[in-house]
Amino acid sequence: MRDSTAFSDPARERIMFARRLLVTAVLTLLLTAVLIARYFDLQISRYEDFATQSNNNRVLVRPVAPSRGLIYDRNSKLIADNRPSYNLTIVPERSENLENLLADLGAIVSISERDIQRFRKRLKQRRPFAKTSLRFNLSEEERAVLAVNGHRLVGAETSARLKRFYPDGELFSHVVGYVGRINERESKTIEAIKYSGTDSIGKIGLEKFYEQQLLGQVGSEQVETNALGRVTRVLDKNKTGAVSGDNLTLYLDSNLQQVGLEAFKDKRGALVAIEIETGGVLAMISAPSYDPNLFVSGISQKNYDSLLYSQDRPLFDRAIRGQYPPGSTIKPMFGLVGLQHNIVTPSYKINDNGYFYFKGIERPWRDHNFARGGHGDGVNLAKAIVESCNIYFYGLGVKTGIDLLSDYGAQFGLGSTTGIDLPGEKRGIMPNRAWKKGSRGQSWFNGDTINTSIGQGFMLATPLQLAVMSARIASRGEVRTPQLVKAINGQPQPILQAEQDITISDRHWDYVHRAMENVVHSSRGTARSINKGLTYKIAGKTGTAQAISIGAEDKYDSTKIAERQWDHALFIAFAPADDPKIAIGLIVENGEHGGSAAAPIAREVIDAYMQSNSSTVVTER
Amino acid sequence: MHRNDFVRQLSSPGGDRRPSRIMHIDIPLLLILIALCSIGLAVLYSASAESIFYVKRQATFMFIGLFAMIAIAQFQPRLWERWSIFIYLCGLLSLVAVLFFGVGAKGAQRWLDLGVTRFQPSELMKIAVPMTLASYLGKRHLPPRFKHVTIGVIATLIPVLLVARQPDLGTSLIIFSSGFFALFLAGLGKRYLLSTVLLVMAAVPTMWFYVMYDYQKQRVLTLLSPEQDKLGAGWNIMQSTTAIGSGGLSGKGWTEGTQSQLNFLPESHTDFIIAVLAEEFGLIGVLGMLLLYLLLIGRCMIIALNAQSMFGRIMAGTISLTFFVYIFVNMGMVSGILPVVGAPLPFISYGGTAIVTLFLGFGILMAISTEPKRI
Repeated sequence: MRDSTAFSDPARERIMFARRLLVTAVLTLLLTAVLIARYFDLQISRYEDFATQSNNNRVLVRPVAPSRGLIYDRNSKLIADNRPSYNLTIVPERSENLENLLADLGAIVSISERDIQRFRKRLKQRRPFAKTSLRFNLSEEERAVLAVNGHRLVGAETSARLKRFYPDGELFSHVVGYVGRINERESKTIEAIKYSGTDSIGKIGLEKFYEQQLLGQVGSEQVETNALGRVTRVLDKNKTGAVSGDNLTLYLDSNLQQVGLEAFKDKRGALVAIEIETGGVLAMISAPSYDPNLFVSGISQKNYDSLLYSQDRPLFDRAIRGQYPPGSTIKPMFGLVGLQHNIVTPSYKINDNGYFYFKGIERPWRDHNFARGGHGDGVNLAKAIVESCNIYFYGLGVKTGIDLLSDYGAQFGLGSTTGIDLPGEKRGIMPNRAWKKGSRGQSWFNGDTINTSIGQGFMLATPLQLAVMSARIASRGEVRTPQLVKAINGQPQPILQAEQDITISDRHWDYVHRAMENVVHSSRGTARSINKGLTYKIAGKTGTAQAISIGAEDKYDSTKIAERQWDHALFIAFAPADDPKIAIGLIVENGEHGGSAAAPIAREVIDAYMQSNSSTVVTER
Repeated sequence: MHRNDFVRQLSSPGGDRRPSRIMHIDIPLLLILIALCSIGLAVLYSASAESIFYVKRQATFMFIGLFAMIAIAQFQPRLWERWSIFIYLCGLLSLVAVLFFGVGAKGAQRWLDLGVTRFQPSELMKIAVPMTLASYLGKRHLPPRFKHVTIGVIATLIPVLLVARQPDLGTSLIIFSSGFFALFLAGLGKRYLLSTVLLVMAAVPTMWFYVMYDYQKQRVLTLLSPEQDKLGAGWNIMQSTTAIGSGGLSGKGWTEGTQSQLNFLPESHTDFIIAVLAEEFGLIGVLGMLLLYLLLIGRCMIIALNAQSMFGRIMAGTISLTFFVYIFVNMGMVSGILPVVGAPLPFISYGGTAIVTLFLGFGILMAISTEPKRI
């Protein structure tokens, strides 16, 4: 270095500088080559990857919600509709600070502590970048406020979706059921893809049973979103439309349903009416009812508690889940068994003094229903049905034996689910030896048979089963499964009928039908109170079921016990008696007497049915 | 003796009489700059979501810059050589002032508020440091001796550290490289080169533990694995590489880049604007722009070779090399091979001060280029 200093001169310095500059020029070119290599790598070698990634960035496959299938009654009256509803949703990934966003939103629309709690719960279940609902059913005013403030509420958005609406409120709540928000348990069992467009699922009733048909197929569309997740445009290619769910047409008749529910007034109970020809359910009522719309977007705790803890148990579907002793309503059926197997004949008579003694048992069976010293002399089967004589049936039952009784009971639909298209149906109990051994570990006693022969003891039936039994009696043994759905998307559903009818001779049917007609139309019939002004004939049978057990010597006295322990009143019926179209089974809880409490309700429903059917004929002309 | 080297012979009868010489305009340089500015405005229009406002503002600064460049070109290089030390000291003073009275944004103190306008001393130092070093070394026998090297290093490191404290790592890096280039072009001995390499290697851990802020360290870590922090610091790099890569060979078309138009690309009109260009014009666009840059640097190097004085040579060489550092750091950072430091892409990124500073540098180059030949 010192040398170069010693000999330095401008020319030499210039050469040195030129050399140095050349070095840097080469370095510059080398580094430029590095840059080019990098950009070549990104833009040419890995182009496909990045092109895909850039599309994934901006193109979001968005599910398109299908609209849920509608539900109509038999007269095409809409009973489950979809209506637009506006929700406030949040995508937390898009918001800078979720807590601030919640606070900001809380300042302009009302958001309760509970909304936030539920929102946080939902956050844990959702897929990343999925919209999560914070508030439902925004009012028009709230929507306007949110729209105006939208620019500073990044991550929040109002989204419209169709919401289930039940225009008739409480009228169909138990049978149609309702949809509600998919809960944690359900979200584990459902196919997430199918439900990507909706957050609702059928919870109970037809909405649950026909969930797969009603749901529809989710569609998808590609949308372009910006970095804030706002949709900038919909890309039309690769769009698959959503397919609406299937529409259901029911056998149910809104009018009958209305008349029936109103007839219960403030009483508790259930009624099922069946169209005999098809097995279709014309009316299915459980009273008291409730408004299913409350559940659709989440019921408030207060409302839910008041329903859940109400003494009247409005949420309990008595029609298919209520199990009651059928009482005397099974007498026509057992009478048929006795006739068919020659255990009794129409001419066989007993003398009824009010007590029934069975050999080897000191304690007599008494007729609680009719304790005026018995039905007297000459009680034949018809009279025993018309006046509901227990003593006659004790004898009949013991002579028939539990095996036959139970076998026929099963054929008439007792002791097993009817197979109706509803979830959660109870099976009731048609007891027999095997059943008692299985559930009680005990042998069958004659005393059990005696209790069973008047529909008491172990025996239990749902109102639906009573209606089915009534329909099978009315149709002279034709076995049809009760159904609610008449047609899916206009496609009629098959009538479910067993190949084999119940084998009972026609004359026995005639005999028992006549006896049941006299229950209503004779002067001594237990349901004679409803025959005033009837232009057609109703056949029926009353029943009374003990809600509590009463000793043999004690007389049932409603004044001495609490109302909620009063006997249940039951009634089965069909009409018109000579050409049955409609069959009914019903119970009024703690209604005491089938004739006075239950039968009038049946009459109102049957009246309404007869009226609408004759008017149908008129309009057809 | 060397003082005579810089005597300008204004009315030399053998002097160049072309108008460009009289106006002190280097035509090739001017044409390339205008081409770059035009491209810059077009890309900015797209990158700023088709905002005329940004484009107008940028164009205004470009005009101011152009005029400033031509104005500066009218002064003799000798003048700059003489005044460089004062400019340097003023810059140093204002850097210290920034530490105490500076205003800024995003946690960095970079500006001095002068009432009428804001002034960023670190920008000034980008020119003042090479100018001072060129002036100082140009007067010595070259290659520089130990004493001169030491003075040169100290003169470089003081502003480098002050700017790094602001913190503005990008600018500090630029100033450091300009000082280094000046020394290198002046013929810095091999031993010094070796020790510089060692110094840099030693500086890295020191910087890491004592100088760099957490967010700066994070940027380095992010470079190594951007996927670690997809929504945080890694977001920028992932989105910019995606933008560049998805541009392919010929790009998505002007204003059609989805990454930039849909706001996936952050800072798309400032530091990351090359990603917009790469996305919309593809590799062809990138190569075209690089070619322009190389032409510019090549032209500057020719000016350096032909300069009449050692000051002119070192100054012109340093400016062209520093200019390349800008490009390399910016394009490297956006494409994910360098950590994210705030470094704009010259003439393309939005930013008034940077544009004007660049033009000032090229103004001095033009002055050097058009200095009449001595006999």
